Amino acid sequence: MTERALADINWLSIVVWLPIAAALAVMAIPAAQTRAIKMVANAAMIVSFVTTLPLALAYDRSLGGIQFIEDATWIPSIGARYALGVDGISIALIVLTALLGAVACCSAYNAVSKREKEFYVFLLLMQATTIGVFASMDLFLFYVFWEVSLVPMYFLIAIWGGERRLYAAIKFFLFTLVGSVIMLLSILKLYAITIDPATIANLSSVQAAAKTLCGSNAAMQSLVDGAVASMRAGDGTFGLPALHAIGGARLVTGAALIPLTVQIWLFAGFFAGFAFKVPMFPFHTWLPDAHVEAPTAGSVILAGVLLKLGGYGFARISLPVLPDASRNSDVLTVVVTLAIVGIIYGALCSLYHVATLGDMKKLVAYSSVSHMGMVVLGLFALNPNGISGATLQMVNHGISTSGLFLIVGILYERRHTRIISEYGGLSAVTPGLAFVFLIIVLSSIGLPLLNGFIGEFLILRGAFEANPWWAAAGVLGIVLGAAYTLWLYQRLMFGKVEREVNQALPDLSRREWGYMLPLVVLAFWIGIYPKPVLDLFERPAQMLAYQVWHQPGVEDRYAATPEAQEKLARERAARSAAVVPAIDPATFGPEQPVEAAPSGTSRPLSPQPDAATPAEPKPTPGPAPGGNRP
Amino acid sequence: MAGFPAFSAVAAAAVPSATNLLAEVRDLAMPELILSVFACLALLVAAGFGREHQRLAGFASLVGLGLAAVSVISIWIAQGSALPRIGLGGMYVVDELSLVFKGMALAAAALTIALSMRFLDEEHAERGEYYALVLFATIGMMLVPSGADLLSLFIALELMSLSVYVLVGFLRGNRRSNEAAIKYFMLGAFSSGLLLYGMSLVYGVAGSTRLVDLSAALPEALAGEGDATLLVGVGVALLVAGVAFKIAAAPFHVWAPDAYEGAPTPVAAFMSVGVKAASFALLVRIFVDGLGTIRVSVDDGWPGWEVALGVLAAVAMTWGNLAALTQKNAKRLLAYSAVAHSGYALLGIVAGNRMGYTGLVLYLVVYVAMNLGAFGVLIALRRGTIDGDGIADFRGLAAKAPGMAALMTIFMLGLGGIPPTAGFVGKFYLFAALVEDGDKWLVALAALALVNTAISAYYYLLFVKEMYSDAGEEPVPALATSPGLVVAVVVSGVLTLAIGLYPQPVIAVSSAAAERLKVAPDTKPAATRAEERTRQSGREGPN
Repeated sequence: MTERALADINWLSIVVWLPIAAALAVMAIPAAQTRAIKMVANAAMIVSFVTTLPLALAYDRSLGGIQFIEDATWIPSIGARYALGVDGISIALIVLTALLGAVACCSAYNAVSKREKEFYVFLLLMQATTIGVFASMDLFLFYVFWEVSLVPMYFLIAIWGGERRLYAAIKFFLFTLVGSVIMLLSILKLYAITIDPATIANLSSVQAAAKTLCGSNAAMQSLVDGAVASMRAGDGTFGLPALHAIGGARLVTGAALIPLTVQIWLFAGFFAGFAFKVPMFPFHTWLPDAHVEAPTAGSVILAGVLLKLGGYGFARISLPVLPDASRNSDVLTVVVTLAIVGIIYGALCSLYHVATLGDMKKLVAYSSVSHMGMVVLGLFALNPNGISGATLQMVNHGISTSGLFLIVGILYERRHTRIISEYGGLSAVTPGLAFVFLIIVLSSIGLPLLNGFIGEFLILRGAFEANPWWAAAGVLGIVLGAAYTLWLYQRLMFGKVEREVNQALPDLSRREWGYMLPLVVLAFWIGIYPKPVLDLFERPAQMLAYQVWHQPGVEDRYAATPEAQEKLARERAARSAAVVPAIDPATFGPEQPVEAAPSGTSRPLSPQPDAATPAEPKPTPGPAPGGNRP
Repeated sequence: MAGFPAFSAVAAAAVPSATNLLAEVRDLAMPELILSVFACLALLVAAGFGREHQRLAGFASLVGLGLAAVSVISIWIAQGSALPRIGLGGMYVVDELSLVFKGMALAAAALTIALSMRFLDEEHAERGEYYALVLFATIGMMLVPSGADLLSLFIALELMSLSVYVLVGFLRGNRRSNEAAIKYFMLGAFSSGLLLYGMSLVYGVAGSTRLVDLSAALPEALAGEGDATLLVGVGVALLVAGVAFKIAAAPFHVWAPDAYEGAPTPVAAFMSVGVKAASFALLVRIFVDGLGTIRVSVDDGWPGWEVALGVLAAVAMTWGNLAALTQKNAKRLLAYSAVAHSGYALLGIVAGNRMGYTGLVLYLVVYVAMNLGAFGVLIALRRGTIDGDGIADFRGLAAKAPGMAALMTIFMLGLGGIPPTAGFVGKFYLFAALVEDGDKWLVALAALALVNTAISAYYYLLFVKEMYSDAGEEPVPALATSPGLVVAVVVSGVLTLAIGLYPQPVIAVSSAAAERLKVAPDTKPAATRAEERTRQSGREGPN
């Protein structure tokens, strides 16, 4: 099936709504028939996972941009539309979500023994709303899914959690809600910009920017055209591609359509929403509580999927809608500093918990803070390597951290404790568990041949291109990460079996092998042959870096510091002597002011890697060159 | 705006003849007329039937409400193009705004009656006068939005208020009910006095009680001599205070928690939506229609009412939400939440643009569904010897009555403004209106409102937390549900969700209702406007 054919049958809607349909089906089953409920829920999760695969397979990598677009009227009075669409970044996260949903569902088979029906209903709703966030191409719809996703998670923690579950659930809900409402203020302001007469008077600059973004992607172009028509009618728009175009639009004077100060305020609002979700230091305090109290399946979804919403938000909204703020050096300093502090602080906290033989879940939760700090660092390196690496690392973190939580869950099911000191020497008793655990641990610390290595390598490379010190901080985080993770493994698995009860610990059951193996296989696959996955978001990542940098007055697109810019400029000068940039005036419509797209390329990301295309300068020829791929 | 010339022309016409008057009543006030007939019918039932048949009055009232609703809709359909119509000597106006508010009053009354029947049984207070009083109050609520004159507004308001005072004290044997009625009456009468005094001062300056004449005469009168400024300023302050009492906006809300707690729960529900909506109609009529010309400033040195309402909104939201955090009693908590919601709704008037007015109407509409639903669940908890109005009474509800718990969750999410409920759409409109205006104080107000939304989520979640925590061991009697209550609560829940998922029809109706309200003048500084002009001229760039 081609992308167009799938888009014609509204495939993306099927992917989003299938879990909700399944939730309704589960609701219809009498609560006493727990076996039937589990069967239906598990089957639905697997089917849901399968439905996401065609997205990854049929995504037209050479066309790039937003695909599988659906667009229907929803609330015409405010220009909000039911618009869905995905690019490679969202597809990767959707597939991850569906996979982890199935894994979490399977892992709960025996672990959840009260109110099974509601549990599976909430799990399925969780799946639908998170996929909805990744698939939304309308900011209003995005926000609705974003907020709704809090509700099932609240219940998953509040009903099936540990001792202090009610406290943790409310804390989780309120903290993320605070972030969201601040973000809502920015959304409102963005909307006000789209109905501002000053914007409507300059729609031609928006259209010029849109043309550059959409290239030959006709469906995306028509999505933007619809949004522009809605703006012209005074109803405004929430269409994300249109907002990207507004963010990239330039007036005849060369100034940004949204002035820098406004962009910085907007950025701050969105940052609050995403930073709470990621969570970045110092907005992370809800995470350890939520993880410790959540049931295993909840932790898997929380770490594997919910945290990704924040990273995705940065990539989908902050960077492309507010490019001037994103590359502003003050903003970068703040964001990257917080990311680096998060990396190191999270790692130190994890180290503390393993050193004091504390709660394993707390350790993994803090390690999430550290890993997600890496993701933010990669994103805000603002170059293709960094962004590709961050996206891949989001997937990797989903695999490895979910794996860690599953293993903690497996141990907890057997011993009903998560205290590290209660274990030790398990490798002799449960070799299967020890093997799986080892793979997950090595994946988490970024050992070559496993997935973590590729992601971290790309992030560090991107960070190095931006500023070598950032990369240095990232390396420090990785070293600390290796320390606490390996130490944890050693404390649990090696040494003598000191507790009598642990002597008789059963090894992995077939069901447990069943849901752990996909993670292990995926870890190896991405580690050994990442090309299919990287191809998926190679062009979106380049596009994103392009959107941030490719503007008049900004000479250097992929370097954030003066030193790096100087270096880049030298290389570029040497190169431009040989190659003349491909300026093709014929691609301009007569109505467009030249200043709106000064690069002179209507398709900056042409299908063939073209050294002359300014969007892909030589120093960074796309992520993961052959050397990365064993 | 387009309607205003016609408005004054009709208002200036001579007093109509008796036949014309009857024709006008038939055309314009049919819904109220129908309700009056049924209210009297309910009284007759109360007097003529025995104790076991008192419920008949309730059913008769429901029929009356239904017929009145049909009449409201038929006015909208049949006379839609002729609106606004002024009649009854210029005292009475029918336009889209008034029709929507009438619809709200009818819906609130119908749902309240559906919620009341079983409750009155439980309280051993099954008497037909109850329904008659509800209908009389409803007539008042329907007349307020149609007021085109300070006098007709005040009379309508008092008809509503007096009926509700009695309803609050309807449980004669219950001390809390009596106390609540006295408090509510004393403070209500006091606030009516403030309102009346404010009206008389404004009248003294403008020389007319007609809203249209007021807005035209005030600027002239103020331009004339110095004394007028003081009189109008004090008058506006008194009007703001009086209305703030009625909508229970802090710091004029002190009666609300006691009145809500003591009143029969269905009456508290009725007050929280019906009385509040009508009071907002009063506010819109007096301030936007009557005093629209002194919105920004009365005169040099005296700020207009917009600032006062803005401050009132900020205080009401914050005070209401913070006070609600500490409550243990569900009715008191919902009372403080109602204070906060008055603050949110005020934002629409403060923003003063199309979106703001639309948001105000939209918010009041969805608030009817959400809040009545929440009270409905609370009413079901009142059974036998259990008062059921503590938050702790919700403990373990999800295990005993999963449907009720799920609905209550929807209402709480709605009140908290979490999507995909109607509450989110309403708040979105109100807050977007503030941000749209672009004035930095209004944006700051929107930020405060959003922070308040987050605060309020805490106490709304308290209910959810209690409902989904594990129940105690001791057996508890079943909920006091009845077909009427279940229908009312389910309808409210479905509306809360449906409006949240597909708000367009309600938005369309709300924006039609807000269409004729006078928007605030553009107060952006000249520099900003100049800058915008420069940007706009960018279109004529070199192409």
